[in-house]
Parts: sequence; C-alpha cells; structure tokens
Amino acid sequence: MSGETEKLIRIEGLIFSYHHEDGTVADTVIDNVSFDIEKGSFTAIIGKNGSGKSTLAKNINALLLPAGGAVYVKGYDTKDPEHIWDVRQTAGMVFQNPDNQIVSSIVEDDVAFGPENLGVDPAIIRQRVDNALEAVNMGKFRNKAPHMLSGGQKQRIAIAGVVAMKPECIIFDEPTAMLDPKGRREVMEIIKELHEEGITVILITHFMEEAAMADRVIIMDSGQVKLDGTPQEVFSHGKELKEMSLGVPMAVELAMRLRDDGIDVPADVIDTEKMVEFICQYR
Amino acid sequence: MSIQVKNLTHIYSPGLPYESVALDDVSFNIEDGQFVGVIGHTGSGKSTMIQHLNGLLKPTEGSIIVDGIDLTGEGVSMIDIRKRVGLVFQYPEYQLFEETVAKDIAFGPKNLGLDEEEINRRVREAMDLVRLDYDKFAEKSPFDLSGGQKRRVAIAGVIAMKPEVLILDEPTAGLDPKAHRDVLEMIVDIHRREKNVTVFVSHNMNDVARLCDKVLVMNGGKCVLQGTPKEVFAEADMLRSMGLDLPDVTQMLYELKQKGVEMPDGVFDIDEAEKLILDYIRGGKSVD
Repeated sequence: MSGETEKLIRIEGLIFSYHHEDGTVADTVIDNVSFDIEKGSFTAIIGKNGSGKSTLAKNINALLLPAGGAVYVKGYDTKDPEHIWDVRQTAGMVFQNPDNQIVSSIVEDDVAFGPENLGVDPAIIRQRVDNALEAVNMGKFRNKAPHMLSGGQKQRIAIAGVVAMKPECIIFDEPTAMLDPKGRREVMEIIKELHEEGITVILITHFMEEAAMADRVIIMDSGQVKLDGTPQEVFSHGKELKEMSLGVPMAVELAMRLRDDGIDVPADVIDTEKMVEFICQYR
Repeated sequence: MSIQVKNLTHIYSPGLPYESVALDDVSFNIEDGQFVGVIGHTGSGKSTMIQHLNGLLKPTEGSIIVDGIDLTGEGVSMIDIRKRVGLVFQYPEYQLFEETVAKDIAFGPKNLGLDEEEINRRVREAMDLVRLDYDKFAEKSPFDLSGGQKRRVAIAGVIAMKPEVLILDEPTAGLDPKAHRDVLEMIVDIHRREKNVTVFVSHNMNDVARLCDKVLVMNGGKCVLQGTPKEVFAEADMLRSMGLDLPDVTQMLYELKQKGVEMPDGVFDIDEAEKLILDYIRGGKSVD
C-alpha cells in the first residue's frame, strides 16, 4: 500500500471563519490546523464548546468548506464540487441529537434513505439495510416506529443509516451527549465494533472516558491543535488539560496524585481497569 | 419548608390498553434546607415523581404534603403551590421564547401579578444568581447565547419566582465539562444563598455523591433505596443490578474489593480514596 492510500484524510493548514450577515468575519474558528487521519484508525477529538472541534468535523465531509488551506478525503479536495458526493460517501457523519437525524416513520425505511439517494439497486439496498441494522444490534426493531425507541436505540438507527452507505470513515459529533448512561454505553459499544470491522472512526466528544478508548487523541483549544498523541501521552499532560477546562479521567487524576505521593505509577495507567490492576500488584 | 410523600402511586392511562404503573407506593421525606438527589435509569419514574411535587400531575393514590398542605386536598390553590415549588425541566432552554433575556426571565414574576419595580428587582437578582451580567445580557436575544448561557436564562426564569423548593431535572445534560461545572456551582450557590430545598435529578453519580445530603433511588416506579450518599453508594451490588453506575471512585474500590483488596464501601471522594490506596500500597507487600 502506498503512503497516499494509507492517509484517508489530509488536513493542510485549514482555516475557517464564520461570517456575519454583512459579510464581515465574526470569528476565526479553525486557525491553521494540519493533521492526517490514517485508514482504519480511531481518533478522538476533544475540546470544550467553541474550541472548533465540530467545525473541524464539518470541514471533513464538506458540510463546510475551508476559507484557507485544504482538506483532502481519499485524495479528493473537499472544495471540488465534482467530487463532493465522493467525499460524503467516504466520510459519513453522525450528529448529537438522534431526533434530528431520523426522517422516516419506520426504522428500516430510515436506514434505506441514504443508499436510496445514492441510487443503489433495491436488492442490494435490502441487504445493506439488514447488515447495517445487524451491525448496530437493532435487527429486531426493523419494523418499529423510531419515536417509540429510546435515545440510545434511535442513535443506533442513525448510525445504521450511515453504515448502510458503506463509508470508509464515520465522524461521530458528540454522539452520546444527549443519551443516558445506558444509551451511552450502547452507542460506544457499537462505535468500538465498527472500528474493529475496519471503519476509520473520528469521535468528537467531551468525555475523557470515551477518548481513552481511541488509539489517538487530539485536543483542540481556540481553533488550534494543542495536544496530539496516544491517550496515554495526552493524559500525561494533566495540568494543561485542566487549564483548558477539560479535566482528566478519575484514574488519571488518582495516578497523578499517587506519583506526587512518591508512588511509581506506570504511564499507561489511564483508566479504572489499569488502576485496579496496578493496585492489585501490592496484594 | 418540608415535603412528605406518602404511598404515592401514579397510573398512566388507567383502564386503557396502554395502562402503566409509573409510580408504585413511593414514600419519602425531604427536610427543610436539604439538597436531595434523585437517581434511576430512564423510565424508572423520576420525572413522573417530581411532577407531583408541584401539582403538575395528580396522584392516583397517596398524598403529597408540602409545608403542611396536602396537595391532594380539596380547594388547594395550585397557583400558590407552583409559586413555592419551581420546576426546571430537562433542556429548559427549549422553552425560551421572548425577545430579550430580561423579558424572558420576567415572564414568571409578571404572571404572579407583581408590580413593575418588583419584577425588575427580581430579574436583576435572578441574573445575578445565575451569574449573567445584567448590563451585558439583559437586552440580548436569548437565541444569540451559547448553550450554557441559554440554560442559565431558563433557570433564572424559575429562580425569579423565588421558589422555596427548586427542582431541576438533569440540569447539566448535554453541556460541555466547563459549562457542566459552572452550572452545578451556580446551583449550589443558589441553594446556599436562597436557603431553598433543592431536588436534583441526575444520571451523574459523581455529582450526586458530592453534592447531595440525601439520595432517592428509583427503580421500576418504586423508591427502592434512600439515605445519605455514603449509605446509598455502599449498596454497589444493588445499584449495579438495576443498571445504575457508581461514582468513579466507588466503582474502582468496588472492583478492587472483587479482586480481594479490602476496601470500605460507599467511599466516593478522591481524597479519601487516595489515602486508602496509599496506606494499602505502603502497608502491602512490595511487588519484587
């Protein structure tokens, strides 16, 4: 495989600003951001509200277009109108509020909506819908009305709708923000499974515990990338994260305190499971 | 101001095919000045329960006594009760509708029939309590504000009625970590300054453990457990069997205990956990 095909998404010097109605620039939201996303990777993007993370996500599937710099998805420049559907089919998007993403009154019709619009053959649509619903564990709800489902179930239907379009990459923009803990666990489980099946995942989130599941974490603040590395590397910058009002998972906080107390806690102790393992060594 | 709920049962659509028992013989007391947490997963009856406390729903059976007045009694003025018991729904910013922040907050006090001067005083005071600068925000459209700011305006609208009981249904849902912390701090501050009873419905066990004097656990329409956070979170097995989370610290100590590391139940504070673990590590055998 050449280096070019491995980098599914390339972001080069991206600048983006929103404008007032009179055309004057309101705010530079993305300020010269560059990074690549490798095919098959799982990247979490974290930042507080207004840090530019959602704007960045929308630039990746051409819902927004760069004011400066460029975004390439599978080699296609997102500014090239001829390839906008190639871009969107490569990088699908799941948003925060499941209620805003469901268009049909029957679950399987809703999942079929995307592939129908792509002009896929009906027999193949049938198969894709079945597979997509299986992938999110919602097969037995295929004939139900979406409004009768829980938040977590609705969000899984929205994910199935994107999966049925067979994207190589799915961008999840705070997919669990409006869900209860059970719905949150269900959705995170599905995201993990999709990644294991080879889909490139970009997860925008507020929750550090969710970011700990990724293999790469990017911290955005004031429109710029402040930290970029494995969860372990990023969480080792506890003080900077707190300064950006982000906080760290409890296990990371406890590890930092124990180190201050003179205990040699390994750097990979970033979640409760690892912390428990570490303490059990002293049993 | 105290609240006594006795044998409260609520059945939705009684006699119809959709009949469902939302609350089943729920009893609890809330004392003056308490900060009470209500936990339970979606569908456990939390929202149905809190809507009884200000008379939005009528019990099928049982009684609700607010400051000595039985809400189920004859001739009770619900307007008086709603003045005293304020309810902030989930995602309250969806209910903002006025042209300016000040007008939106004034809506409630105006309906109480207060005079102009008193209304203005209350709007200013409420904005101060939710930490929105009057000069900067009063004349802005609520729709131009950030999510966290909108939520403050919505809460201010309820605070301006000066309720003695403030009920908040998941007041931090969907907020980012900073807005989450700010809104919680604000709620605690209002509780201190107004000396109200606060009823706080939340899925966030860390917040509930840290903030509440008393916790009610709802499951399947019943109040299955009540007590201090320490008492409630000591029942780890029971909470987990109901599909509820534990506070992060409690969860970690629970897992340690499962693996044979002796730790006390119900601890949720990280300072306390740090000390316990340090003692354990220093007292235990070394790895090598």
